[in-house]
Amino acid sequence: MERFKTDILIIGAGPCGLFTVFEAGLLKLQCHLVDALPTIGGQLSEIYPKKPIYDIPGYPSILAEELAANLMKQIEPFKPSFTLGERAEQITKLPSGHFEMKTNKNTIIEAPVVAIAGGLGCFEPRKPTIENIVDFEDKGVDYIIKDPEKFRNKKIVIAGGGDSALDWSIYLSDIALEVVMIHRRTEFRGAPESVSKVGELVESGKIRLITEAEVTGLKGEHILESVEIQRTNQEPLILNTDYFIPLFGLTPKLGPIADWGLNLDKNAIVVNTLDYSTNVEGIYAIGDINTYEGKLKLILCGFHEATLMVQSAYRIIHSGKKPGFKYTTVTGISGIE
Amino acid sequence: MEDITITIIDREDVSHELVIPADMGLNLMELCKASELPVAGICGGMAMCGSCQVYVLSSTELPPPSNDEIAMLDQLFYVEDNSRLGCQIKLNATIDGLKVKLAPEQ
Repeated sequence: MERFKTDILIIGAGPCGLFTVFEAGLLKLQCHLVDALPTIGGQLSEIYPKKPIYDIPGYPSILAEELAANLMKQIEPFKPSFTLGERAEQITKLPSGHFEMKTNKNTIIEAPVVAIAGGLGCFEPRKPTIENIVDFEDKGVDYIIKDPEKFRNKKIVIAGGGDSALDWSIYLSDIALEVVMIHRRTEFRGAPESVSKVGELVESGKIRLITEAEVTGLKGEHILESVEIQRTNQEPLILNTDYFIPLFGLTPKLGPIADWGLNLDKNAIVVNTLDYSTNVEGIYAIGDINTYEGKLKLILCGFHEATLMVQSAYRIIHSGKKPGFKYTTVTGISGIE
Repeated sequence: MEDITITIIDREDVSHELVIPADMGLNLMELCKASELPVAGICGGMAMCGSCQVYVLSSTELPPPSNDEIAMLDQLFYVEDNSRLGCQIKLNATIDGLKVKLAPEQ
């Protein structure tokens, strides 16, 4: 079990969370970021990496993934620490007044201030609507592939028609005993190289492809033993398998934060626009996850919110002391050692 | 400018008849949000989240889906032949009388 102690615990490593590190760093405050995704960037990386953004001040146009990379570079001097691929789960207030936050993997982070920059919530895999799918989670059903070695010499069924289904089928065709791909349509929408590679592997018999089909049932005593596949205009098919891996992308859910005792309005956290504080002293919410009168879900507004928020956070961390205000043009950037 | 009528059936099967000016420059997802209908519109209209999926019930002629929209519909659940993404349907005089039903949440 890992433990961290920091000044500001930032939940969410999207643009707003990342920029908070910069503004906090100017005030010599150390930050630790937690994100449910294994990568930084939030929506920038997960939803629209290749889309140009036109309303970042000073950039006539910048690709979302470039903005994420630039932010990482900008905060480098302040040496933030990260816990990625773990979901913020529980928060408790310690007698010292600090908060202690536990992730779903039991990592603990202690901080006097918590900044929730959770965007749309945690990205979770889209789960197919198969009645008993939950019963087989971790017993043969995996939505995310963390360790491909797990599938060595196993029979696997992969469902989905996008890039991740294609890429993993290609990768696992070398490792698994048998790879069956199930796709609802006849054609694939992934990268053309991946589509043609899968075509080759189907030709050579390394992947079995079943199109116009959907997995509709799962069977097994204690662990998954077989899947039922419905096909358009054909008899259903039962396939014996060790694993069923549905890969239908990710969708955001507010998640456990909803139960932290914060005032919510339509799945967003209500804040005071003076400093973007929530109803719990020491917990702030910035970016897409907050709401107030006149709220606009824009990256540039999130940057502004982060900037004002750390001023208020400084007072909590330094018992009421006001932070000094200096332009970076005057003082430059001095990092955190 | 004339008004147009759009009918949206929500997930509880309640029908909402919305009369709006044809020249508001909105898309169907934005109209749903503005009318407080339960559409998340997570990606803001980039055809990248699928949270605004609708079934087109009227025989209104709509412009064909773009490649982005087709790619997204490929990934979603509950997709039918009449599925479209609300964010890709621009509201203007040509779609007066459009009737859609909100698809289940993903």
